[in-house]
Amino acid sequence: MFHKLKPLTLSLTLLLAACASPTPSGPRTLTVMTHDSFAITESVLKEFETVNNVTVQVLKSGDAGALLNTALLNKESPLADVMYGVDNTLLSRALDNNLFEPYDSPALAAIPAELKLDTENRALPVNYGDVCLNYDKAYFAEKGLTPPTNVSELTKPEYKSLLVTEDPATSSTGLAFMLGTWAAFGDDGFRQFWADLRANDVKVAPDWETAYYTEFSGSSGKGPRPIVVSYASSPPAEVIFASTPLDDAPTASVTGAKSCFRQIEFVGILKGTKNRDLAEAWVDFMLDKTFQEDMPLNMFVYPALPSATLPEAFVKYSGTVESPIILDPRTIAEKRDALIKEWTEIVVK
Amino acid sequence: MIRLLLVGLPLAFFAVFYFYPMAAIVGISLSPAMLETLAESNTWQVVGFTFWQAALSMILTLLVGLPGAYLVARYSFRGKGLLRALTAVPFVMPTLVVAAGFNALIGERGWLNLGLTAAGLPTIRLTGTLAAILLAHVFYNTTIVIRLVGDYWSHLDPRLTQAARTLGAGPLRTFWAVTVPLLRPALLAAALLVFIFDFTSFGVILVLGGPRFATLEVEIYRQTFAFFNLPAAAALSLLQLACTFALTVIYTRLSAQVTTPANLRSTDFTRRPLISFRQKAMAAIIIAGLFGLLLSPLTALAVRSVSRLEAARGQRGEIQRGFTLDYYSALFENERGQAFFITPVNALGNSVQYAIATVLLSLAFGIPTAWVLAHSPSPGGRGVGVRETLLESILLLPLGTSAVTLGLGFLVAFSRPPFNLRASPLLIPLAHTLIAFPFVVRTLLPTWRNIRPQWRSAAATLGASPAEVWRRIDLPLVGRAAVVAAAFAFAISLGEFGATVLISRPEFPTASIAIYSFIGKPGALNFGRALAMSTILMIATASSILLIERLRIKGVAEF
Repeated sequence: MFHKLKPLTLSLTLLLAACASPTPSGPRTLTVMTHDSFAITESVLKEFETVNNVTVQVLKSGDAGALLNTALLNKESPLADVMYGVDNTLLSRALDNNLFEPYDSPALAAIPAELKLDTENRALPVNYGDVCLNYDKAYFAEKGLTPPTNVSELTKPEYKSLLVTEDPATSSTGLAFMLGTWAAFGDDGFRQFWADLRANDVKVAPDWETAYYTEFSGSSGKGPRPIVVSYASSPPAEVIFASTPLDDAPTASVTGAKSCFRQIEFVGILKGTKNRDLAEAWVDFMLDKTFQEDMPLNMFVYPALPSATLPEAFVKYSGTVESPIILDPRTIAEKRDALIKEWTEIVVK
Repeated sequence: MIRLLLVGLPLAFFAVFYFYPMAAIVGISLSPAMLETLAESNTWQVVGFTFWQAALSMILTLLVGLPGAYLVARYSFRGKGLLRALTAVPFVMPTLVVAAGFNALIGERGWLNLGLTAAGLPTIRLTGTLAAILLAHVFYNTTIVIRLVGDYWSHLDPRLTQAARTLGAGPLRTFWAVTVPLLRPALLAAALLVFIFDFTSFGVILVLGGPRFATLEVEIYRQTFAFFNLPAAAALSLLQLACTFALTVIYTRLSAQVTTPANLRSTDFTRRPLISFRQKAMAAIIIAGLFGLLLSPLTALAVRSVSRLEAARGQRGEIQRGFTLDYYSALFENERGQAFFITPVNALGNSVQYAIATVLLSLAFGIPTAWVLAHSPSPGGRGVGVRETLLESILLLPLGTSAVTLGLGFLVAFSRPPFNLRASPLLIPLAHTLIAFPFVVRTLLPTWRNIRPQWRSAAATLGASPAEVWRRIDLPLVGRAAVVAAAFAFAISLGEFGATVLISRPEFPTASIAIYSFIGKPGALNFGRALAMSTILMIATASSILLIERLRIKGVAEF
């Protein structure tokens, strides 16, 4: 009789446990909400949990846009104590809505000023990534064609029908690239550049995955186009995640002046947290060397902390990004919707 | 009283898990800006295109699905179960993976175009066209026609068409004058479901259609995530709901008109083996067609998941050939010692557990609901009353609801008391049940409505108790449809991604979440892992559906 009841009891327990509030005994729980790209080495996480006598619960809510929407919709009763993963293209929205509590972390002293985009330290920079053009090295070698050294060269006739980019309305990568072109060329230059690119047969993919694996010829998806909008960290990833060991990357990034847009990701303590002390500890932990050095190979981003040692492949295959474009979140907030609409008119309609 | 009780539980479920989250999200978005969205001319262009592509896709899907439905309904042959199971595989595959499959076949550097180039013919460019969208919709939804129509068809008395032929009608005339009218309940149900699926299509439009095409669902996504314009998104969601609601009302009225009890027959009676050469040739053509359309893109992926993918540098375009299981073994390797590492075994295990829970929940709610709807007492003894029309249409709403809007609604409604389920793994099967439940009801209804009432009264007159009438008359006929419904619910849960990704827990990822997490990173190994995981999902889907359809409820086998 009893064993028949068991599955039901289990479900009921699950339901009740889910409804009940956490009990105060035992290790406390810190809830971190983040996007689906978040990854951490288990031993690094365990160490944080042991040192602080805490259990870390990670809530993933889709991509960065979905994450921010989720946090904003639940602002009155926050789902978590800390949020990691809002980037500079979305930051203003988080700040204007008073999502975070300020925290002057002592760890901030070691972080470069150019990454600290919020003067009140409600959002603290954790890492950055550069959105750059990637090209298929074999294609250019075989055609005897010089790869572009700069974004502005893409409108040249020899690069006709070679580029695939992402739609800024549906992809954060595409949005970053588009913002970069606006910052580099100005209002009129932006319009002219994209009109020229359209005339030069630019292809638009809805997301990074389709652009990289379906359209780009340098990836293992074997698409038709040899230039794609991706990241400076993609060539090292091709080497690290090769299926047979490679001694050189099959792709390279275009890192010329004003060609890459710097995406900076932030962590913030959610307003109304009941675990402010633990939340502070988590923020310090993310800015600390252990996590900063763990991050590159897990998430393929660059650490905000300059003293963190980079993996060898990053140094070897990334290239040095010359004068990346960094836009302040206020400007982005003012321009992004209008630019997306204008871009759609010029490139798609 | 019993009716109220039977329909009360599903309605309560609906109130809590559908109307409550929808009201929560629409409530937040309420503002005059909603009206402005409706006044924009672009909105109505989008509505127009949404209807247009859905109608075209539906017609094409019916055309492709009917020969398959005929084959599985009228003939018994070896491997039929496998064929049925395989046609269901596309239904669960993630859009990004399907796009990669189509690309390997008909992309600019796919096999077809390589062949055309080699033959000196001009290449075709499909992605970014309406044709690509239609093709993908047919690919995804043909199984609905084969299952719904095929199951119903298998119970139709073949003597009716034989009589027509004897009286001198040609095969085409017989089909239009006899078969189609008899099939109408199932045809309408399948057409409606396919239409709604195409109407709310999202991934296919974005990935295969490209930025020039937008359905309402795509526009809702853009307004939500690109512009954070929740009022506009809510207005479009309500518009989409209104459209699907109107469609379902029309459908319910239409199907009420055509519902005439038919002589449903045992499949032992209606099915024949393939004997003549003509029959065998016809079967071979239909099977080859289905394989070409539904399985070749998937086979292309499966083949690639065991081939090395890296291009040898210097020899551009040459793929380093050779068989490898590296991508499969890599699925088990956690090279960075990552927390929340997903092995294929536990991702698949989670998916299957969620799917089983979804099957149980959706049958538990769906069977009583279908019973009440099928046995509605209405004047004249046939047709459907206003209250039933309304109930039926309401129960179909989740299928026509924007996944983005409902997902956000779930996040708002179930993250706080009284239903604080955000951290509960139960939230996923509950969300899946919402989508599977209308399917279950729709699969059961055509059969249940068409059982001759005289059979029941005859049985009762002969002294059978109501329970016995149910066991001997209803169950044998409806049991088969319930198995079809269970297979659907299972497949819906396995393939669902939009809502899952918003509410899943990193400790309990599903197979499709695992696939997306691999394909979201650069590197041959990651792409290979995504393909390997997709192949595992395909095999798991086909074998579980095969298993479910083998299930025979006692008494059903004889019918």
